[in-house]
Order: sequence, then structure tokens, then C-alpha cells
Amino acid sequence: MTAPTIPGLENSQPLREPPQRKAKKSLKRLFLAAILVIPNIILLIVFTYRPLIDNIRLSFYNWNISSTRAAKFIGFDNYIEWATDPTSWAIVWQTIIFTFVAVAGSMVLGLGLALLLDRNLKGRNLVRSLVFAPYVISGAAIGVAFQFVFDPGYGLIQDLLGRIGIESPQFYTDPHWALFMITATYVWKNLGYTFVIYLAALQGLRKDLDEAAEIDRTPRARKFFRVTLPQLRPTTFFLSITVLLNSFQVFDIINVMTGGGPLETSTTTMVYQVYQETFVNSRAGYGAAVATIMFLAVLVITVVQVRMQDKEQ
Amino acid sequence: MAFDYQIPAVPQNVGDDVRPVSSAQTAEVKKRKGMIPGESQKSKIWGYIGIVLAGLVIAVPLYFVVITSFKTHGDIYSNPISWIPSPWAPENYSYVWNNLNFSRYMINSIIITLVLVVVKVAFGVLSAYAFAFIKFPGSGILFFLVIGTLMVPNEITIISNYALTAQLGWRDTFTGIIVPLAGTAFGTFLMRNHFRSLPKEILEAATMDGAGFFRTLFKVVLPMSWPTLMAFVMITAVAEWNQYLWPFLVNDTGRAAPLQIGLTQLQDVEGLTNWGPVMAGTVLASIPMVIVFLFFAEVHD
Repeated sequence: MTAPTIPGLENSQPLREPPQRKAKKSLKRLFLAAILVIPNIILLIVFTYRPLIDNIRLSFYNWNISSTRAAKFIGFDNYIEWATDPTSWAIVWQTIIFTFVAVAGSMVLGLGLALLLDRNLKGRNLVRSLVFAPYVISGAAIGVAFQFVFDPGYGLIQDLLGRIGIESPQFYTDPHWALFMITATYVWKNLGYTFVIYLAALQGLRKDLDEAAEIDRTPRARKFFRVTLPQLRPTTFFLSITVLLNSFQVFDIINVMTGGGPLETSTTTMVYQVYQETFVNSRAGYGAAVATIMFLAVLVITVVQVRMQDKEQ
Repeated sequence: MAFDYQIPAVPQNVGDDVRPVSSAQTAEVKKRKGMIPGESQKSKIWGYIGIVLAGLVIAVPLYFVVITSFKTHGDIYSNPISWIPSPWAPENYSYVWNNLNFSRYMINSIIITLVLVVVKVAFGVLSAYAFAFIKFPGSGILFFLVIGTLMVPNEITIISNYALTAQLGWRDTFTGIIVPLAGTAFGTFLMRNHFRSLPKEILEAATMDGAGFFRTLFKVVLPMSWPTLMAFVMITAVAEWNQYLWPFLVNDTGRAAPLQIGLTQLQDVEGLTNWGPVMAGTVLASIPMVIVFLFFAEVHD
């Protein structure tokens, strides 16, 4: 029996070793590697790659997930229905607004807080921990809690607004305010993530440039745009991708706070639409089509972002 | 499954200044000598106003939630808000704990999180060991296959995974919640990168001494990896404790439901009126991870 040759390893054994022993050793090594790697890889294949392909297949079927009847092949009908339904486009638009505001909001505020808490001020460690705290709490818990925070009758927001003589908006019945509430809650919860990453990046910046700017008495705003921000570009790029992908996939906050409503779909994003169609309306084929469209959108956005980054360098 | 996707980068810098000492010191010295202007009094005051504002925006809602969980029904519906509960109503907690199944959900959450942390850490460390230290045919392709799962968002996997889980009769069970979540791409990636950064000489010495796999792993590799491993454990614990979409789909009767799903059920039962118990449930679902986080921040200081 011949052992597989391993590139780069042929000469690594002592030359005196007889070939059979060498072969036996590399076989043993292969066996060990297989044991270590296979369970994890099998799980990833069965629960990530298999459903990815299966989902694309299902998107061409008419299929009720909770019935035993066989799925019926209908070609591109699900996609055509999606593209011709005005509701889908409203949901796409809501997803874009939510994602854009969530990404921009948490990045700008996270950077602002990082700059503030990077300064040598008393009490900054306490506030640093505080800002990160909501990030370790689940979206479900924060969503439930913020339902009462935003309660127009007895919540925190209406109380604070009342003190300056403003009447609370109807966060649960007004479609625009409902979307605002979801977005604000998301930003509040996830601010800690952008904050921590920016803070770590700020602490790794080149101090000589900073000092040079200080000695030259560069105005602070100018120093920020000309010295600090350009150095943070890789971090900003990393965050723009991860925050975008994460906010694209928000489910928990929407599910507990509004259930996608008011008016049926005012706060429904595409992920929530996948859930609604598949598990509430029992139209799994249609849900799978929406999921596939989303997946392609994510893929395109990521590729474009990476390309843009490559071009810059 | 790609639920790992939302895991944050290692948050080890919270409350922890890693500024290179030397240059910071020279700047300090220059400042003292008047070579460069220090921060003006005015800008310091604005800094403190900013800090206080930021602190309040985070702390006030948290405080509001906690005090509401200790309020009686009448106290909750008072206008303006009462900032200290009167009277205190800890019975909200005993009510959700005993009557609304929260003791059950807490146990479920602990079981699910513990099992997933142990399994993911084991899988992560073992496959990282193979990818970092063992030369075997196809290792490049297999590693790419593992990392590739990070690019697959979970909304595209849930439908088919749900169908499979239902087919296997795993709905409403721990198996159904845990198994599809058990593979780890993030952990493999994190640990492999760390393992490759370890000094090669020490590993070569271990091999020369004839140390086998187990001895190399437990006596040589892991003792040099505690900080990364700790970060891996903490990130996994928080992510799994807060897992929502998948347990929500698999859940049926609440038998195997973790706290986050219990919260949704509590909301359905108590509706939008009985906020005291609902807030108590929210606090119960959040406290364990806040403690883990504080402990982690402490260890890193």
C-alpha cells in the first residue's frame, strides 16, 4: 500500500528512516487530522451548505411547510410574484432605510463615543462599561423592555418629552414612528460594538502624527478629518461590512416589539418577511425565494464593498 | 449553521487602555514643560458634559426597566413616573419564577448554553489544531469550506433546517435546538490564527521529545492559549445565551425553550398591561450575561 505523498514533507523525516515507517507515520497523521476535523465539518455542511442549496431549490416550488402534501414545481413563479407585488418593494425600501440608518447611526455615534472616551477624563472606565453593556443583553430582552420605554401612555420617553411640553408620538400605531422606534432600539443596543472596535483602533493609532498635529496647533476638527479619520479607514471598512450584514438580519427586536406591523407590514424587513411567509402564511416556497433574493443582495453588497476597498489601496 | 455570524470581535479593550506607554509619556512630559498646549479648561468641561450625557442615555432606560420590575401595577401606571418604587414589589419576580415557568426556562438556558459552549470550544480547538499543526492533503480546501460558512446568512438556512429538524422529530427538544447550532467556523478561525502565532520552536521541541497529540495539546499548546480561549468561551456563551431565531422556530410547548423564548411567551400571556412581571422576566433573562461581562472586564483589567 502506498501512502499519499505530502508536498513539503517528503524530506522532513530523517533520511535513515525506512520508507514503510515513513508511510505509516503520514497515514497516522492523516487519520488524526480526520478525527479532529470531520465532526465540525459535517455539522457545517449539513446545517449550512445543504440548506443553502436546498433553499434555492425550494424557491422554485409551491410548498406548504406544515402540510404533508408534496411540493409542486412552479419555475420562476415565486420570483415573478415577488417582483410584481408592491408590498415586496415597500418591504425592500423599509429594509434599506432601516439598514442605512442603523449602520450610519451606530458608526457615527460609536466613533463619537470612542473619541470622547479615549480622552483622559475621570469616570471614563465606568461609562465605557456602561456603553458596552446593552450589547451583551439579548435583542429579545431589550425589545420587550423598550416596548414599555416607548409606551405613549406610561413609558419613559413620553415622560421625558412631557417635561419639555411635547406630546409623545404614537410609536405603535404610526408606521413611520414604529420604524423609527425599531431603528433607535437597534442602534442603542448595538452601539457598544462599533464603540469598542473604534476605541481599540484609536488606541493603536500613530502617536507621532497626533503629536505633530498638536505641536502645529492644528484645529481639532481639521486634525480629526486629516489625521485621525484617514488612519481609521480599515476599521471603518470592517465595521461597515459587519454592521451592515448584522442589521440586515435583525429578527428578534422586530418580532417582540411590533411583529412587523402596524398596518401588517410597516416595520417588516426582508428577514421578517421570510419568517412571515414561511412560518405564519405557510408559503415556504415563496419565503425561500425571498431568502434567496436577500442572499444574492448580501453577496453583491459584500463584493462591491471589498472591490471598493481594494481600489482605494 | 452560520449563526456565528453575529459574534462580535473580541471585546477585550473595554475599560482597558493599551496605549503604547513610551509615546504617551513623552507627550505628557512635553505637556508639563509647556511645549504643547494641554487640554483647555473649556474643552474639558465639554468632555465631561459629553460623558455624563452618554452615561445617562444608556443608564436611564436600564434603571427605568429595573425599577419597573419592582413596582406594583398601580405604581407603574402613575403619571409622572415614580423614580423609586413605592411600595417595593419583589413578588413580580417570584410570580414569573414560580407561576410563569421561568425556573424552567432558566434551567433550559443554562443547559443549552453550557452544552453549546463545551461542544463549540472542543470543535474549535480540535479542528484549529489540525489546521494549524498537521499537514494533510486537502487541508486548504477544508479550511476554506469552514470559513465559507461565515458568508452564509442564517435566513437562507432556516427554512430547510426547520424542515429537516421537523422530519427527524427534533422539534421542541434540546437536540433540535443544539445540534444545528453546534458547528463552529468562527472558533476554528480564531483558534487557528492564534495557534499559528505560537512560537514554532516549542512545538518542534515537543515533537522531538516524542510528545503525542494529547500531551502536545494539553501540556504545550493550551497553556499558551488561555486569553484567546477565554475570549472564545465568553463570546460563545453570550451569543448562545442570547440566541433567538432558531430556538424560537424549534419551540412548540416551551418544554425546551430558553429564557429569550420564555420572554416572548410571557409577553403573550401577560399582554401589554401587566408590565411588572414582564420587566422582571426581562431582568432575569439579562442578568446572567451582564455578570459574565462584568467578570470578563474585571479579569482583563
